[in-house]
Amino acid sequence: MPGAPSQRQFNPYSENGGTILAIAGQDFSVIAGDTRQSEGYSIQTRYAPKVFRLTDRAVLAVNGFAADGNMFVKNVKQRLEWYRHAHAKDMPLRAIARLIQTMLYARRFFPYYVNNILGGIEEDGTGAVYSFDPVGSYEREACRAAGAASSLVQPFLDNQIYYKNQLAATGTAHPAHLPLPSVLAIVIDSFTSATERHIEVGDGLEIFVVLARGRSLQGLEGVKGMSELTTTDDGERVFVVRRELKKD
Amino acid sequence: MDHFPTSWGRPRNDAIDAYGTYPIAQRPYNGPKDAFSEGVQHTQQPIVTGTSVLAIKFKDGVMMAADNLASYGSLARFKDVQRLYPVGTHTVIGAGGDMSDFQYIQSMLDELMIDEFCAQDGHTLGPAEIHEYLAQVMYARRSKMNPLWNALLVGGVKDGKSFLAFVDLLGTTYTASTLATGYGAHIAQPLLRSAVETHEHELTEAQARQIIDDSMKVLFYRDARSINKYQVATITAAGSSISDSITLETTWDFAEGIRGYGAQTE
Amino acid sequence: MAFNNAGFDFSNTSRNAFLSEKGLPLPKATSTGTTIVGCLFKDGIVLGADTRATEGPIVADKNCEKIHYITENIRCCGAGTAADTEFTTAMISSNMELHGLSSGRKPRVVTAMTMLKQYLFRYQGQVGAALVLGGVDASGPHLFTIHPHGSTDKLPYVTMGSGSLAAMAVFERGWRAGMTREEALQLVTAAISAGIFNDLGSGSNVDACVITAQGTEELRNFVKPNERVQKERSYTFRRGTTAWKTENIRDLIVSESVKMVGGDEMDTS
Repeated sequence: MPGAPSQRQFNPYSENGGTILAIAGQDFSVIAGDTRQSEGYSIQTRYAPKVFRLTDRAVLAVNGFAADGNMFVKNVKQRLEWYRHAHAKDMPLRAIARLIQTMLYARRFFPYYVNNILGGIEEDGTGAVYSFDPVGSYEREACRAAGAASSLVQPFLDNQIYYKNQLAATGTAHPAHLPLPSVLAIVIDSFTSATERHIEVGDGLEIFVVLARGRSLQGLEGVKGMSELTTTDDGERVFVVRRELKKD
Repeated sequence: MDHFPTSWGRPRNDAIDAYGTYPIAQRPYNGPKDAFSEGVQHTQQPIVTGTSVLAIKFKDGVMMAADNLASYGSLARFKDVQRLYPVGTHTVIGAGGDMSDFQYIQSMLDELMIDEFCAQDGHTLGPAEIHEYLAQVMYARRSKMNPLWNALLVGGVKDGKSFLAFVDLLGTTYTASTLATGYGAHIAQPLLRSAVETHEHELTEAQARQIIDDSMKVLFYRDARSINKYQVATITAAGSSISDSITLETTWDFAEGIRGYGAQTE
Repeated sequence: MAFNNAGFDFSNTSRNAFLSEKGLPLPKATSTGTTIVGCLFKDGIVLGADTRATEGPIVADKNCEKIHYITENIRCCGAGTAADTEFTTAMISSNMELHGLSSGRKPRVVTAMTMLKQYLFRYQGQVGAALVLGGVDASGPHLFTIHPHGSTDKLPYVTMGSGSLAAMAVFERGWRAGMTREEALQLVTAAISAGIFNDLGSGSNVDACVITAQGTEELRNFVKPNERVQKERSYTFRRGTTAWKTENIRDLIVSESVKMVGGDEMDTS
């Protein structure tokens, strides 16, 4: 109708780019994300963490709408603290996964616009990765990529981790789990490649490594840019490796 | 259950709706009514607006700048508006976007600071706490679909640490050594980044001021909603200070040499 | 017979709008997200461009050329739809060559500018080419921007594309009248770099081109600030990695016998 006042609806969502991924090993878990936060064609900041240590055995990566992501992580951390006060221990990984599902589904009709990947160590000492959709559907997997460049990275992981479309040499089988150095190399190559071909990926890389209780540092010695975040000395250990990515 | 018979719908009328395509009876709502619901307006668009705010970190703290214009659409409506606001002794916030929403934020922060003062618990709110508070308010308002239409920068120094962060109407937050809102994010940010990134711990106050002045001048040249009059806030361990309005020196002599836009030569 | 209105026919526009409404959108064109600039200096013109081409958020080409040849002493940077900038500049380049041949003179920059703006205006912005045209001719150095709808600007320093604001900020701060070649090249590099590092639509390398009355100097990949780092692993696959269901080996060498007819010497008389 000409002359009728047009009402612009406020859009409560935005997309802030970036990519996250996680890979589970036999007795470790690796969770990584780039550190660029963007909107449209602008870089808002070159360093905004998307991967967060929740406990000594759980790390959460959040990607999508940054405001929702940060608020969601804040709420999850608060629920974990309450759990600690009530039970005098950290919440087990599979329980955190279920908690995240219920928290996401609670906002079924005004969703958190985020993809979550939870990585860490289960109570049986195995490395685990849980991936979630924005409204709480979740699954335990060996690896998962999410975010802006997920369509570039996930097929690469399918090929390199699950050995999709690769025939094992006669008389041999593909390994069920890769050793830590191989996983770190694949993670770094995933991000440098995503940076080459996706405009929203770059600036910096943060790789969190969670080691099962009693596991040696084997595979982490001599890794550049590594620091430890562990808070207790007899449980699982958490490390972070920081690297630069291209800034264009 | 709604016992009012006319709310139950009525049989289909073959004369009007032979194929039953009309949606299931539109029932009138007979529940309690908010007589004023029509009168409640949410900010769906900004009205009187401010443009960019710039801020950078330097050796001793944070420097922030914003011009003095509040526009009404394309009209330069108010030309002496202060868009930088001190909160406590070691924090300054700067706002772009809707100026009435910004004034509301100022009154909210005033109230907050008074409440904190009255507690007399030995704590004062620093820039990080002010930013967190604003982030929560902005996110809560966007979640009610009733945003405060602003982009805010929060800068300050507390306990020997400088702090600089952004929050906007969506509740999006981030920090960096250089920040800019609005057009400043496109025009000034590249200049700020190339001058500040990686050496924010060596820049002196005078150098920082030069960078800010250069960038404000470029913004005045290229942002049609800006004005050549601005203020600069400096926050160091010694406290915050906001300058008087500064009028820019600009040159337009290059225009003398331009003739037409195409084949014209005279 | 259908009524044929004089002038340009835009009926396909409504057809395309109808098709995309019915869920058959036009194929997405590669766009050169782009930072392109031009700058006047003492002896001529410096043009600059980044080298990233994008398809939405995906980098389609990491090292494309955006400074197009028009004539020996005229170049044109293109932003917008890649195909449109390439075809438009190539066509104008041809016409400029023909124009030079028929007039027997070196064609001027304003000629290219006028041909470009008239062509783009005819297509009412449907040909998505945003151009920076620069060159030196008998009447001196000239620098223009040409927008997709056909409007032009004549200024001492110009920028275009998604990184135009970043690049223009650098010009506004650093440009002076009567700069030397080195100063101008330095400023253009800084302007393109501002686009490369601050605009997601721009990236990779800096291309530059210096045009003076003495000649044109193409500085392809003048600065390469974004070389890829060495990969952590090698991704060569073992022979036999790909599975197959059937094997069929065919001999591609066909044996044939040649029978000479007549003398085997070629007649060279």
